[in-house]
Amino acid sequence: MDTTLDVPPVNRPELSRRPQPPAPPPSKPGPPRESRLSTEDFDLFYGATHALKSVALDIESNSVTAIIGPSGCGKSTLLRSFNRMNDTIPGVRTTGRVVVSGRDVLGAGIDVVELRRRVGMVFQRPNPFPKSIFDNVVFGLRLIGVRNRGELEARCENSLRRAALWDEVKDRLQKSALALSGGQQQRLCIARCLAVEPEVLLMDEPASALDPTATARIEELIVELRSRYTIVVVTHNMQQAARISDRTVFMLSGSLVETGPTAELFTRPREKLTEDYITGRFG
Amino acid sequence: MSPAPRELTPLAVSGTAVRRRAADLALVVGCHAATVLVIVPLLFITWHLVRMGGAGVSLEFFTHLPKPVGETGGGMANAIAGTALLAGIAAAIAVPVGVGAGLYLAEFGDGAIGSIVRTTADVLSGIPSIVVGVAAYGLLVVPMQRFSALAGGVALAMLMLPTIARSTEEVVRLVPRSYREAALALGAPRWRVIHDVVLPAASGGVVTAVMLAIARACGETAPLLFTALGSRFWSLSIDRPIASLPVYIFDYARAPYDDWNRQAWTGALVLLGLVTVVSALVRMTTRRIPRA
Repeated sequence: MDTTLDVPPVNRPELSRRPQPPAPPPSKPGPPRESRLSTEDFDLFYGATHALKSVALDIESNSVTAIIGPSGCGKSTLLRSFNRMNDTIPGVRTTGRVVVSGRDVLGAGIDVVELRRRVGMVFQRPNPFPKSIFDNVVFGLRLIGVRNRGELEARCENSLRRAALWDEVKDRLQKSALALSGGQQQRLCIARCLAVEPEVLLMDEPASALDPTATARIEELIVELRSRYTIVVVTHNMQQAARISDRTVFMLSGSLVETGPTAELFTRPREKLTEDYITGRFG
Repeated sequence: MSPAPRELTPLAVSGTAVRRRAADLALVVGCHAATVLVIVPLLFITWHLVRMGGAGVSLEFFTHLPKPVGETGGGMANAIAGTALLAGIAAAIAVPVGVGAGLYLAEFGDGAIGSIVRTTADVLSGIPSIVVGVAAYGLLVVPMQRFSALAGGVALAMLMLPTIARSTEEVVRLVPRSYREAALALGAPRWRVIHDVVLPAASGGVVTAVMLAIARACGETAPLLFTALGSRFWSLSIDRPIASLPVYIFDYARAPYDDWNRQAWTGALVLLGLVTVVSALVRMTTRRIPRA
């Protein structure tokens, strides 16, 4: 979008030793892309429940990866491992590695607060704060100490434009975010994430609480955003995964069953379980 | 050719339907009656206060000190100011401590310490107010060797604390988990989540809880009898005895003088009016962005 107003990113401490990623590589298969997110032999327990079993996954930069699978298969849990949101649940234990930008984020010495600024998250139900639209978008910026009104306003506009919401709300930025429709609220939540310039966007069924029109807008938005961000989307909806993702991960009972380019996974699944699931034999 | 329209079974009024309607009607009538019963005492008290004390409301009542027995006129300016000061001292102590304790209970209070604090608060709220007065007497009046506004304020604060703490806990627990998750996912540390998101979202309920507690405290008489004591003079010193409306009402209502009795009614009416006005003002000024 040429209307996008670019603002230099705020300075922040380096989480990784790596420099900024190169420009998005060509979309056709070529040399393997840099993997921004990965897990190695990752296990997660809720008390005695073994929720994720030896998950080994590589997620490519600047692409959309969809995680599909039946309810309770652990896809949300896996997603929430990348920004350590599972920390808020008592009784969670993990082993193995979860790597974000080259660092094991489960390890000691990780600043969880900084990690979550790098790895933004959009939830299933739109969850704007009961504040004005403006205050919602700049919430994360205020957290990192941006006080300058002009900068806040510029970044607010920039984020809202990227989330395709600016034209609908530009005249009522000081109105309550809760007055927006569900779809607008979800785009506002996306704008709120984008405002802090994350590298990764995690989306946990971002359209499942929305009507078909709003869903279509969110899907378009995801496709637009993929050139700038590494996006991981958990979804129940296989058509949605097929529409928006470059790669798809199929999970079952806490294990990774199959990972591959979306077109391939949906047309020529390697695993019998995947085929049964995508043809609707269970799930 | 289309088939003949099917005959519909007539909607006969069966016995079950009659019973269902009767139950429905009984419940609706019962709820309305209960609502009326809730409002009646308040209306009755207000009407009675206006009838008995309304005539005494004048500018003089708000601006003058009490006159000695036998002289007519005079007001309760010192008692009005005293009640305001006592409520201010009490709120200055009880609001930060109570809201802080409530936040702690809601956010971190699932362990043993939380249940101890919760039980303590519940027991404290069950202690008769006169006993709280005795405690403040022992705590402050005895060491300071004098009755004081401070002692009165502390006694009132002790009464307000459990109400504020427990109500704050309740309203903070009502703040949806999704707000907390959203803030955490944006990289907010725990204290910023509480300060920037949870507390503002709960502020309406917290303000209501605080105002209720202050309103109750403004009407308390027993804990002031041997802490703030009372005074017939103008004073705003926190280390001196101080007049208050409830104590005046108590004294004047017992006195064998018709004029004092009348002033007691007026004092009660003024107390009720002031508490109402202050609550309304606080609610108006703290109103945030409306939900939805």
